Amino acid sequence: MTQTIKASRIRWHIVVFLAPAVLIYTAIMIFPLFNTLRLALYSEVDNVRVFTGLDNFRTLFGDAYWSETFWNALGNNFCFFLIHRLVQNLLGILLAAIRSHPRLRFAGLYRSAIFVPTILSFVIVGFAWKLILSPIWGIAPDMLDAIGLKSLYAPWLGKEEYSLTTLALVSVWQFVGIPMMLIYAALLSIPEGVIEAGEIDGITGASAFWKIKLPLILPSIGIISILTFVGNFNAFDLIYAAQGALAGPDYSTDILGTFMYRTFFGFQLQLGDPHMGSAIATAMFAIILIGVCIYLFGIQTRMRRYQF
Amino acid sequence: MNKARRNPLNIFASHAILLTYTIIALFPVFVILINSFKTRRAIFGDPLGLPNADNFSMIGYQTVMKQGDFFLYFQNSMIVTVVSLFLVLLFGAMAAFALAEYRFKGNTLLGLYLALGIMIPIRIGTVAILELMVQTGLVNTLLALILVYTAQGLPLAVFILSEFMRQVSDDLKNAGRIDGLSEYTIFFRLVLPLVRPAMATVAVFNMIPIWNDLWFPLILAPAEEVKTLTLGSQVFIGQFVTDWNAVLSALSMAILPVGILYIIFSRQLIRGITSGAVK
Repeated sequence: MTQTIKASRIRWHIVVFLAPAVLIYTAIMIFPLFNTLRLALYSEVDNVRVFTGLDNFRTLFGDAYWSETFWNALGNNFCFFLIHRLVQNLLGILLAAIRSHPRLRFAGLYRSAIFVPTILSFVIVGFAWKLILSPIWGIAPDMLDAIGLKSLYAPWLGKEEYSLTTLALVSVWQFVGIPMMLIYAALLSIPEGVIEAGEIDGITGASAFWKIKLPLILPSIGIISILTFVGNFNAFDLIYAAQGALAGPDYSTDILGTFMYRTFFGFQLQLGDPHMGSAIATAMFAIILIGVCIYLFGIQTRMRRYQF
Repeated sequence: MNKARRNPLNIFASHAILLTYTIIALFPVFVILINSFKTRRAIFGDPLGLPNADNFSMIGYQTVMKQGDFFLYFQNSMIVTVVSLFLVLLFGAMAAFALAEYRFKGNTLLGLYLALGIMIPIRIGTVAILELMVQTGLVNTLLALILVYTAQGLPLAVFILSEFMRQVSDDLKNAGRIDGLSEYTIFFRLVLPLVRPAMATVAVFNMIPIWNDLWFPLILAPAEEVKTLTLGSQVFIGQFVTDWNAVLSALSMAILPVGILYIIFSRQLIRGITSGAVK
């Protein structure tokens, strides 16, 4: 009797429902993730994989060439993230605030148009801007000439000091539709009563925006920032498409993604080294974890949420 | 209502700013498209003019057709995207249903385990994924890409879908159980049709990153016969970088399918992003 009860207590349909998702997720995502962390502790000596402990990390941070490339890539990653976040949030708030204006005509049309770049692949975006900014074709200089600012033109993607900023702005151009929509949704969810109460107290127009609306949409901006932070580790595609795996000019647009790709896949004369690649991946993993934790515990919990 | 919000000058300024940004957003696509139909001389001589009878030319498209197998690339991208989306939706919905519907030991823990993948990009594990695919002989097959994209899409799909499945009424499911329906029938016949809008959101969310991905095709499936459209156009443009007609035509051909999909799905896409934010 007890046995039959026990046997019938395994509800097989639950297992059937869960198995495919859990198996694929574990096999393709979680297992390789931890395997990569493990591989970072090995090296290949004479075609044999040997355990070398933290040697790869010692090379990565200790060796002059490796550490210089690593810190350069990490710094670029952060620069890219900061420019991206700043411009994207400002532009997103501006566009969303204007669009949330009641009775604005053609709002749907504007939204669809601003979203078009988001659906294009990095390859298209990278090359399209490369062509437009190119000094050979001359669209950018001609257009600046038309408004009398030709002196401002420089081959932005080809100059070390501008190329990373240019790519970050191109990335903003591509993705600004998403923060715009998220902020727009947050703005719409602010009840009319709150704004009217402010109006009675004499807070209108721009100051209503700064004093009432902006504090209320800060949680959305927090989410957008962390999404941008994690997403920027995927910015490989754009830089690879526009500047190639060498992230030129002179590594000035090198980020952790391109650095990892070159290291583990090899390029030109350098052979690929999966173990060093894993070490870089481990470093990226740690940075992402730190970033997500700072957000979850430092920002998310301190942010005040308002219930209406 | 206050005056500031109805001021015609404000409305004019709003339209001016939005219109300016719309032009900035569409300009590169427009320039690529019009120039792909021009002769080489017109591309450089008059980059902003529309193609006319004098300078109309399809030479770029002819090169693309001759040199690159764009129909094959398109077909590969289509297979990978559709099959991955199907698997993400099916397996994701099944797991979400189990998590939302049944109480069992480890339910919350399993939910957290599956949610882990939302924050951690799957690319971190690329080295081991490549090794795994080499060991199982899946390198240079579309299946490798499908598996990776399915794993990548599942966490968010389970998360969003289980939120929606909790809202399906218990009475409905219990009525089904009293009528003797199996748990599988309840899931496929009663619950799935009710969460269709959420499924559309998940599908659109996953579709764009899968279609546009360059990283995994480059690493897992770079062979000619399994190239996706994104990788195919990247390689083609790299080879023909000095042939501007061909480059512009290849770019236009890569824009076309996404453009069509966007026109069909833009409503779902935008509703998906907005509903995700409100939640």
